[in-house]
Amino acid sequence: MSLAGTDKSEELFHSSLMDKHDPLTKDAIEVKGLKKSYKNIKVLDGIDFVIKRGTVLALLGPNGAGKTTTVNILSTLLLPDDGQALINGFDVVKQACKIRSIIGLTGQYAALDEYLTGRENLHMIGRLYRLSYQDIQRRTQELLELFDLVNASNRAVKTYSGGMRRRLDLAVSLIASPPVIFLDEPTTGLDPRSRLIMWDIIKQLVSTGTTILLTTQDMDEADHLADRIVVINGGKVIAEGTSDDLKQRVGSDRLEIKVAESSNFDEAKMVVKEENGLYSDSKRRILSLVANGGVHQLKQVLECMDDAGIEIENISFHSPTLDDVFLTLTGHTTEQINGEIKEQQQEVKKQ
Amino acid sequence: MTESPFDNNIIQPEKHSSLFWTVSDSWVLAKRSIMHITRNLDQLFAAFLFPMMFFLLFRYVFAGAIDTGDLSYVNFLVAGILVQMLAFGANYTTMNLAIDLQRGIVNRFRSLPIARSALLTGHVTSDLVRNMISVLIVIGVSFLVGFVPTAGPVEWVLIFGLAMLFSLAISWISAIMGLLVKSVEAAQWTGFIVIFPLTFVSAAFVPPDTMPEPLQFFADNQPLTQVIDAIRAWLVGTPIGNSGWLAFAWCVGIIIISMPVATWLFKRQTS
Repeated sequence: MSLAGTDKSEELFHSSLMDKHDPLTKDAIEVKGLKKSYKNIKVLDGIDFVIKRGTVLALLGPNGAGKTTTVNILSTLLLPDDGQALINGFDVVKQACKIRSIIGLTGQYAALDEYLTGRENLHMIGRLYRLSYQDIQRRTQELLELFDLVNASNRAVKTYSGGMRRRLDLAVSLIASPPVIFLDEPTTGLDPRSRLIMWDIIKQLVSTGTTILLTTQDMDEADHLADRIVVINGGKVIAEGTSDDLKQRVGSDRLEIKVAESSNFDEAKMVVKEENGLYSDSKRRILSLVANGGVHQLKQVLECMDDAGIEIENISFHSPTLDDVFLTLTGHTTEQINGEIKEQQQEVKKQ
Repeated sequence: MTESPFDNNIIQPEKHSSLFWTVSDSWVLAKRSIMHITRNLDQLFAAFLFPMMFFLLFRYVFAGAIDTGDLSYVNFLVAGILVQMLAFGANYTTMNLAIDLQRGIVNRFRSLPIARSALLTGHVTSDLVRNMISVLIVIGVSFLVGFVPTAGPVEWVLIFGLAMLFSLAISWISAIMGLLVKSVEAAQWTGFIVIFPLTFVSAAFVPPDTMPEPLQFFADNQPLTQVIDAIRAWLVGTPIGNSGWLAFAWCVGIIIISMPVATWLFKRQTS
């Protein structure tokens, strides 16, 4: 497959690293105090972040955190109530036309024409970006090859699989080689294999100096793809930094202990109360703590539990999930947060 | 040096006037909608079979019961069927626009540097193309079921000209409805509840003077009757009265008002 980092494509990518154009501004995207409300619900409550040219920023948050709203404002689909956003120095409100020709948008749902073929979709959007027919032909062929869609290129999109749609969707937004790309949950709903292919493509895209704003609910995805991560919740930025920064706060790995039904859960909790980043879920009878002591820590915890006469059903290590990040940063699970948002929405409806 | 497929340097657009690009954008999106005509077979069948069914039902089931004086019923009916078919055909803009809005492809179009009216113009244009094909089919079939027109070349030109203008007028109203409805289901029935009464309470299938007085007043003065009377006069030589210029005036008036309203509604949704 042509996109899986073959020698040829790597060579192609490296060549473009040499000819990075002279930046007008250091930051490709600057967002200051962005606010947006629908009726009484504050979706964005003063969001700030900057993205350096040629880097990837992941906007990490649960459903309803304001990720898509941010992307929609930056891609000129929505007007903000307050605040400012600049892309390559252009204002998203006052210079929307300028911005539209330098951005590519891949939304949460594949925005393709179902009845047209893959090739026709690329041609159509190419012409709407106002490229010459020559450029359109050349780019279409390049992108079809790169995204492994040549064989399917003359079939209607309605016959495509989910993974193919996402790839074509991304290809379409790259037709004009825009310097800034928005990817709104690019792998949500994809099977693991298609997800890895998308990750590969995104990584290659980054290596050419394209600036990317990516939204995701998946800590792992942000970790793999992003230079910086901005965690948002309830329309506010609650943490920002590199993946390593966040992990340091959350703990690189989690140790999860499931307490057996026969033992007292509260007693078990007392045993590990000194441990870092502890949180407990009495319903599922789970104790979770930062795993920083390796085998030694594991042994110690097991011994202490044993001494207290507590039986353990199951013990496991896992890397931090979005839930862990949220628990550490906010003290709530993402489910609770989603619940709160729903309650707010219902209240507004009642009014 | 080989260029990277992901070359970060944006490909420069072609240089043309903004008028050129407005026309080009509209044409690109019109081409898209026109391709849908042949690829969306469900819609294709509905668009052509529905008027044909009405035509044959009225021609053979109701013909004996409706008195159209000296004019044979089939000669009376063709103008009515043509206009009804144009009205229903132009209503596809409502549905296709609602589908686009629901599927999210509109967000992609909105994020592109294109003329804001292009998507609407595209749908309206494809209605026009589909409708002109339908006109040819209906006229073709009408000859098979006993239609004898008296129209000369000038009349045929007038008939096609008015048919196109009428199609555009209804399509632009449909565009407004498509932007106002909240779902594809709603788009489907809005057309029916607006167009059914308009076509039946008109001179399409029966002479209005057989209707109760309030209905007769409405039928005599609404735009569809003007269009039907004008086309009927050119087709089979019935008296035209004021219908000719009134029909053109109605269509042009509707287009002048509904075009900017639809474009404004479409722009307003970006807020």
